[in-house]
Amino acid sequence: MTKVKTLADLKRLREELQDKIHVRESGDHPESIVQVKVAMATCGIASGAKDVMVFFMEELEKRGIDSVVTQTGCMGYCYAEPTIEVTLPGHAPLVFGFVDKRKADEIIEKYIKNGELVDGIIPITYQSINESQQEGQI
Amino acid sequence: MHILVCGGTGCKSSNSDLLVSTLRNELLENGLDKEVQVVLTGCFGFCEQGPIVKVLPDNIFYVGVKPEDAPEIIAEHIIKGRTLQRLLYEDPTTKEKIQNAKGMNFYKKQLRIALRNCGFIDPERIEESIARDGYAALGKVLTELTPEETVQIIKQSGLRGRGGGGFSTGLKWEITAKSQADQKYVVCNADEGDPGAFMDRSILEGDPHTVLESMAINGYCTGADKGLIYIRAEYPLAIARLKIAIGQAREYGLLGKDILGTGFNFDIDLRYGAGAFVCGEETALIHSMEGERGEPTFKPPFPSEQGYMGKPTNVNNVETYANIPPIILQGAAWFSSIGTEKSKGTKVFALAGKVNNVGLVEVPMGTTLREVIYEIGGGIKGNKKFKAVQTGGPSGGCLTEKHLDIPIDYDNLIACGSMMGSGGMIIVDEDDCMVSMAKYYLDFTVEESCGKCSPCRIGNKRLYEILETITKGKGTIEDLDRLRNLSDVIKDTSLCGLGQTSPNPVLSTLDNFMEEYEAHVLHHKCPAGQCRDLMTYWIDTENCVGCTACARVCPVSAITGERKEVHLIDAALCIKCGACMEKCKFNAVYVS
Repeated sequence: MTKVKTLADLKRLREELQDKIHVRESGDHPESIVQVKVAMATCGIASGAKDVMVFFMEELEKRGIDSVVTQTGCMGYCYAEPTIEVTLPGHAPLVFGFVDKRKADEIIEKYIKNGELVDGIIPITYQSINESQQEGQI
Repeated sequence: MHILVCGGTGCKSSNSDLLVSTLRNELLENGLDKEVQVVLTGCFGFCEQGPIVKVLPDNIFYVGVKPEDAPEIIAEHIIKGRTLQRLLYEDPTTKEKIQNAKGMNFYKKQLRIALRNCGFIDPERIEESIARDGYAALGKVLTELTPEETVQIIKQSGLRGRGGGGFSTGLKWEITAKSQADQKYVVCNADEGDPGAFMDRSILEGDPHTVLESMAINGYCTGADKGLIYIRAEYPLAIARLKIAIGQAREYGLLGKDILGTGFNFDIDLRYGAGAFVCGEETALIHSMEGERGEPTFKPPFPSEQGYMGKPTNVNNVETYANIPPIILQGAAWFSSIGTEKSKGTKVFALAGKVNNVGLVEVPMGTTLREVIYEIGGGIKGNKKFKAVQTGGPSGGCLTEKHLDIPIDYDNLIACGSMMGSGGMIIVDEDDCMVSMAKYYLDFTVEESCGKCSPCRIGNKRLYEILETITKGKGTIEDLDRLRNLSDVIKDTSLCGLGQTSPNPVLSTLDNFMEEYEAHVLHHKCPAGQCRDLMTYWIDTENCVGCTACARVCPVSAITGERKEVHLIDAALCIKCGACMEKCKFNAVYVS
């Protein structure tokens, strides 16, 4: 890995990475890459987020869906753990709560495959200083 | 098209389930069930206006929707495309009807600054942090600002320590910067010890880089090249992610020698604590890091002058550090525009206890308890009556119904006899006994007192014993005076913050719930029905059918009676475990 030697380097790196993450989010082939983020803080893991994450990784591959599954920190909805965020290409991210394996299966079959919403969406109820991330979210 | 209906506990209790089925039936009748989908969602955080319905993609937000409104929503909105004016939210001040949730105040109730990246980035990949401005603030101060200018920005922002005390962060940095020494240290206090508080853990687990970056900024300001994070060993995931983050930051050259080619050196190591509450106090924390017993020492000298290894040391809490990078990038004026006159910015609260939406919330200072509990928190579990909220953990006090509309900030909470503390908020309902709660916190402080000074070591133990006597029904009215006197002595004469605040739960429950104490000592009754020793179990002679189920389940054989005849509980033997009451199918066992 090359070291970041100057502030200019850091800025360039930031832009590159923003592009990269954007590409990952919207996909090289925008119609196919799905991104799933699983809240994996202590609270999430204690409620079974690890199993759900493994389930998504295995099942999305098995069912031939081009996707990236990543972990993230606490989303703050401790009452609804495990929580996940699904971003379909071209759509705003959606957060689902109380995701066990059965719910995960429903999300894959209905939302990820057909874009059909399923029960258990958690609406975004806050403002962030990174306003752009919320645009168009429920 | 989608119709989203709130399925949060608050809206459910105002019939959102029936609303969903009515909407679905209406769609079916109109042959629209294939095109329009009705979806149940989690809490919108606007429970007082529930049930909430949102129509997509039009993004129209309806409030207070009843099942009988369903046909009109389908006929008017879905079929004809006309918004139903009467179901729109009306702004209470301007009386204007608002269509889009974005224009509503409730959306502005939560503002995420410290939690900005939690739940968005993968905490184990520095790349995601950098893509969201990670280390940009460090870059800015190293290349564009002098240490003095940076400290001025922090001072002007009005940021105060989020660990509980509320001391001006900028001032602390300035004192450390001005201390003369050949070596200085930056310490992050991640010894989160209040029962019910978990915001520091969540920040470290969700966004560790922001803490590392912020400590480096502090190092630049104060002239320190060494950072230490004191974290409790009970946080294994936070430790693992911090280790990964430190490793990645070193690989990228964002920690180590000559950062960003500016000649600035800074590196960070971890120090583990064994989970002693007193080690959250900064002098005790420093002694623990030095390998000594985790005991506090007298201040002054303050750590900013003489801290770790006798050198000037800047100690800040995790959440305080998490606020630094946005302040640097967006400016002091932006930060100080949020919050109240003397408390700027936001505060993260860990909502716990008898509230529907347990979780982490970040609200601007000045938000009221009512907004936090009833709107963001979704109200009290099971529609019970709110009794109190304990803020500040074992060092704080309880706030009651009459405090619900007071804007939360450092000074207001102290004026109400509580404190901000680290931000734990435990909600208590009508079924909780306040004497027992005070006893619980004293039990905690007795356990956690380091034992160095007698008021805390002995005094808290005596307080606990008096409370125990009261909950057993053996207290007297004089005990209440004793509690108050002893509490005052402990507060006045203890060395550190632990002892100076430990009687707070007792004093604030005495102030706010005197009638509960009196019921215990004068009438030997626990109004909440929680103190076991004050309860007697009885069998109702009318309802008892003599099935013997209670007698069989009783662990101490206190219940006697022949089959098919009324049973009897021997009060002298009964241990009040409640097993008989649970077992009885005929509601024949009752408590008084």
